[in-house]
Amino acid sequence: MNFDFTEDQHEIKRTARELLAKRSGLEQLREAAEGEAYDESLFSELRELGWTGIAIDEQYGGAGLGVVELMILCEELGYALAASPFLANALGGLMIEHAGSDEQCAKWLPGIASGEATATVAFASGGTAEVVPDADGAAVIVLIEGDSATLVARGEAEVEPVSTIDPTRRYARVSVSASASGGEALSGDVASALARAEVALSAEMVGIAQRTQEMAIEYAKERKQFDTPIGAFQAISHRCAQMLFDTEGARSATYFGGWAADADESQLALASAIAKAAACEAALSVTASSIQVHGGIGFTWEANVHWFFKRAQLDAAMLGGASKQRARVTALTAASLAVAGAS
Amino acid sequence: MDLTFNESESAFRNELRAWIQANHPGDEPAGEDDGYAFRRDWQRQLYEAGWAAVHWPTEYGGRDATLVEAAIFNEELARARAPFPANVLGLLLAGPTLMTWGDDQQKQRYLDPIMSGEEIWCQGFSEPEAGSDFASLKSKAVRDGDDWLVTGQKVWTSGAQYSKWCMFVARTDFDAPKHKGLTYFILDMEQEGVEVRPLRQITGDAEFNELFLENARIPAANVLGGEGNGWTVALTTLMNERAGLAFGLQVAMKVALDELTEELAASGKLDDPMIADELGSLHIKCEILRLTAYRGLTATMKYGQPGPEGSLTKWMWSQGNQELMQFATQALGVQSLAGGSSWGRAMLRSRGNSIEGGTTEVLKNIIAERVLGLPRKK
Repeated sequence: MNFDFTEDQHEIKRTARELLAKRSGLEQLREAAEGEAYDESLFSELRELGWTGIAIDEQYGGAGLGVVELMILCEELGYALAASPFLANALGGLMIEHAGSDEQCAKWLPGIASGEATATVAFASGGTAEVVPDADGAAVIVLIEGDSATLVARGEAEVEPVSTIDPTRRYARVSVSASASGGEALSGDVASALARAEVALSAEMVGIAQRTQEMAIEYAKERKQFDTPIGAFQAISHRCAQMLFDTEGARSATYFGGWAADADESQLALASAIAKAAACEAALSVTASSIQVHGGIGFTWEANVHWFFKRAQLDAAMLGGASKQRARVTALTAASLAVAGAS
Repeated sequence: MDLTFNESESAFRNELRAWIQANHPGDEPAGEDDGYAFRRDWQRQLYEAGWAAVHWPTEYGGRDATLVEAAIFNEELARARAPFPANVLGLLLAGPTLMTWGDDQQKQRYLDPIMSGEEIWCQGFSEPEAGSDFASLKSKAVRDGDDWLVTGQKVWTSGAQYSKWCMFVARTDFDAPKHKGLTYFILDMEQEGVEVRPLRQITGDAEFNELFLENARIPAANVLGGEGNGWTVALTTLMNERAGLAFGLQVAMKVALDELTEELAASGKLDDPMIADELGSLHIKCEILRLTAYRGLTATMKYGQPGPEGSLTKWMWSQGNQELMQFATQALGVQSLAGGSSWGRAMLRSRGNSIEGGTTEVLKNIIAERVLGLPRKK
């Protein structure tokens, strides 16, 4: 029993934190968000460092590490709220690597690993996905419909950029018309691939919660009213304690999900549902609470906390929100109890 | 990260599980006194088989269990629905405090009877005017030759009616600042000057008592950790209060939650999406408690103290358990509140969870100041 990262994993986390503090600070974030365009050199740098291929098998040009290492990067990218197609590409990569055929892997994973030909993934209905992260720049799009998933090359899909409340990321509407080739099915275990994607997405939300919690605490220490730092008032300090409660709970669940993905697949379905539910709730509640602690300033465009709040809204809705996950947790638990009771 | 148990931990679990299966005492009888006697016998059984105080060092009769093994012990007991040993405060609080602060004679005298359950211990900290602000306590001890004479009142003293000894903190220096004038005593409960009055709680049971002291006598040899050092010694006791138990409480919550899930499934109520949603939320909270407790345990093993997550488990448990019990009685319907159903009583009992062992509000203050580094409260 050792619920902590290895020294190498800690090192990945530290390096990522330092690099992103330099390359993706709040000013760079603001520039990207207000310009509604990525700083291309940031993603190039992440590609050159090999981040894009971290969890992809070596035979496809990746580093061959696990979901845990990917999760660490996603958490740090969420902490920095880096404006880049990294997450969408990583989620698409997980879908193809874990549910695709050898041929599909060989075709798409090298581009995903190098970041030269990126991927993305979304839930679709009737061949259409309304808000797909980074679809316009992607080479390949995975559309999940019900229990099955389809892989569509960018050229086969109609992709129309859409603006959302989150200007820190590019989104698009994707549709595949029936007359077009319609893409090809991912023939493998879609559910377990999706579970991995959920863990990575959860990690981004943990990073977002962590950062906005820190922003609130920093502000509560500095801002004075009644000649007192507002953090000395329990109405504020207890709110901050609640942020820690929510963030750490989501972190426990997400890290366990990462471990299950790499080490014990039998626990992955439940673990990923729990991680996603907890991370959605934490990201939504902590970012909202952080705005409240910042008071009037927190509601202004000038403060940076709203970028995080907005990304949290999109992330939480991506690949199914918390209520879907809670229903899944109940169904999975009831089923396993029924099996145990019958045996 | 390795969230599996190693060979020796698994062996420990298997040995314990087999032993509990072979020696399970059955259901606890109704009635306060009968229940207590039952748990005392159970402790004797544990003691004779060497299971009573696994977390104690071998030199004091324990097994020198690792933190993980101690967690496993609490998990297995809860999973088997076996009772906790009667002398739980002695095992978890008094024992470790004696090991840290006691002299050789005190350790020699008190530790073994704690383990066997022969001598039960209670905790005399809280007073009517000193709850969360425990350092402001007013019970006073004055010298009388070689003895101390204590007068005052304590409250929330669990198990006082069965106790031989009390971890008793009194003020010995009224001129010193409030944290400095305290002394930690080992008080003999079997004497004239000690009166125990049961305190009926909202369940109708009386787990707690009020304690009235009128010139109760304590020999000077029964000071623990030195005169005027009571605050520091008491902190050792309070630190132990929050450690270890989380695992047993988590499993007890999981057992109740699984039972509820089965009852709701059997009655078709799980098809109600609102019920399924709330039940899912509770399973999530319960699992997060388990994982967070293990994270805290890893941090303690690696760095000597838990990280920020360590302060959260008591809060997670009390809130989760209260929500579980409230949800259970509402979801199962009004018959769960009628006599004979254990849910109604469990729901009532759960209201104490966020008060006992440190209120949630005080925990939030501690987290805000010590973990988040916010300025001291106004």
